[in-house]
Amino acid sequence: MSTVDSKTVDALNWVAPKRDPGALGRLMDNKMFLVCVCLFPALGLLIVFLTYPLGLGIYLAFTDTQIGHAGEWVGLENFESLFQDRIFLNAVWWTVAYTFFATILKFGLGLWLALLLNHHVPFKSLIRAIILLPYIVPTVLSAIAFWWIYDPQFSIISYVLVDKLHWMEHYIDFLGTPWNARWSLIAANVWRGIPFVAITLLAGLQTISPSLYEAAMLDGASPWQRFRFVTRPLLMPILAIVMTFSVLFTFTDFQLVYAITRGGPINATHLMATLAFQRGIPGSHLGEGAAIAVAMIPFLILATVFSYFALGRRKWQQGSDND
Amino acid sequence: MTDTAAALPEDTVTDNEITSVLSSESRLRRIVTIYLPLAVFIIVLLFPFYWMGITTFKPDAELLDYKHNNPFWISSPTFQNIRKLLFDTDYPRWLWTTMLVAFGATFLSLLSSVLAAYALERLRFKGSGYVGLGIYMAYLVPPSILFIPLATVVFQMGLFDTPWALILTYPTFLIPFCTWLLIGYFKSIPYELEECALIDGASRLQILRRITLPLAVPGLISAGIFAFTLSWNEFIYALAFISSSENKTVPVAILTELVQGDVYQWGALMAGSLLGSLPVAIFYSFFVEYYVSSLTGAVKE
Repeated sequence: MSTVDSKTVDALNWVAPKRDPGALGRLMDNKMFLVCVCLFPALGLLIVFLTYPLGLGIYLAFTDTQIGHAGEWVGLENFESLFQDRIFLNAVWWTVAYTFFATILKFGLGLWLALLLNHHVPFKSLIRAIILLPYIVPTVLSAIAFWWIYDPQFSIISYVLVDKLHWMEHYIDFLGTPWNARWSLIAANVWRGIPFVAITLLAGLQTISPSLYEAAMLDGASPWQRFRFVTRPLLMPILAIVMTFSVLFTFTDFQLVYAITRGGPINATHLMATLAFQRGIPGSHLGEGAAIAVAMIPFLILATVFSYFALGRRKWQQGSDND
Repeated sequence: MTDTAAALPEDTVTDNEITSVLSSESRLRRIVTIYLPLAVFIIVLLFPFYWMGITTFKPDAELLDYKHNNPFWISSPTFQNIRKLLFDTDYPRWLWTTMLVAFGATFLSLLSSVLAAYALERLRFKGSGYVGLGIYMAYLVPPSILFIPLATVVFQMGLFDTPWALILTYPTFLIPFCTWLLIGYFKSIPYELEECALIDGASRLQILRRITLPLAVPGLISAGIFAFTLSWNEFIYALAFISSSENKTVPVAILTELVQGDVYQWGALMAGSLLGSLPVAIFYSFFVEYYVSSLTGAVKE
């Protein structure tokens, strides 16, 4: 008894109230029944509102369902027409490009920020709290702020570049031409994504034992070599997981594009998700919208498989004491 | 707090290395390589909020005239935009709906997640690994591919255009995350405590309520904050499942109700964005440490 801690003593002193175990009580102590009761709310909600709609979505993709009009099975017709559809093909290309560029920039800058924060800086936890703000605030609301920053006439960026610094002649038409709009969206996405990447990678950096750096320094490793041979391999597993999630959510992004450009100018910035929404809900072609959404699934599976192998590798690196 | 402690020794190492060079040069180098980039990062990350705030309190005359006013400052601040927002629009109502939906969805998700995590972690049963993996996989299904079929499901259930459509569908992306977070917390509670209680004749539910849950309070807070901010920020379901103005949530309402015509009311839009961001920002500021630990813990798991 002398070795138990205070919590255990509390638990030991606690006396079960005298009770008459009724039928319900005995049922509750049946483990299998209890398991079912405990899992019911979570699994119930997930099956009704996630698994079933996922299956239904795949079914809808093969029908010509419209809002208020039950559809019929049309086979691959939706997909055949989509692959002839320049707007859809452009959306697929742009979704991939958007994910690619935004991810590279997010991870480059996020890793840099994480490395900066890993130094000894004053007010570290305050800075960390401030940095997460873009991630906390509703995306649509910060997107509206970006929309205002990208205003063709009153953009503050144009004002600084043209009127203050005199680096440029004319105000930038941020959202008026396809490429300007695309880079503007990528910039907004990177702005929103940096905090998540930086904070999670910082957590990864802090798990790396300082003695490894000491050993490397004793062996005469330069800062770059220390990053290359100590930080990088030990950060890789967490980097892979964070990147999988980041890619997954950038690829299926909807809010930023919907709020800032609504797919314009001339459908140049439609992501697959915004196009699916536009065709499916306001356009009322549910079948076609579902087909566009289903077309995203192969890409998502690729990302998940990547995640699975990254997790597997992490377990292997840590040895068997992980679980 | 343990992570800052862990970071310290390493910093002293780099500091020693730097002080071994000329001290004045190293100081300059430190400013250029660390503080300067850090300051640029912070300014860029915060600027949109500053711009949001300053636009909110600008009168229209200043807002659209950069020639005679410094756009970075306000010479005559006004509450006109906020007053207009609160009294001429349904904004208070939207805020209330958002709050209701966020609390409802958070409560429902926490309840389901606690029970599910307890069953998966403590009542080990055959196949619990597969159920856990299934719940984890649910996290990888993004709302963007679900909203169209889910809209038809919601419509068939008669929930379309009611707050219930959101309260019941938000848990689909909250439960997986919360469950995994709570499993991690339950793991850290010694199983012996429960065995003792079991020997003393406590039932499983009593154990959960009196022993496991009180010890998992930090985990519950983390999961709750996370669920609350995610539900507050949710957009696509709220856009697709709600059609009448008075049932809209703040993010959707600002974009669909306040943006009308070709001339945008930037003052009112920014005021709406600022007021819509403040509740989560305040809520977050009280629980930063929990938030950071849940964010990083979920990735490390």
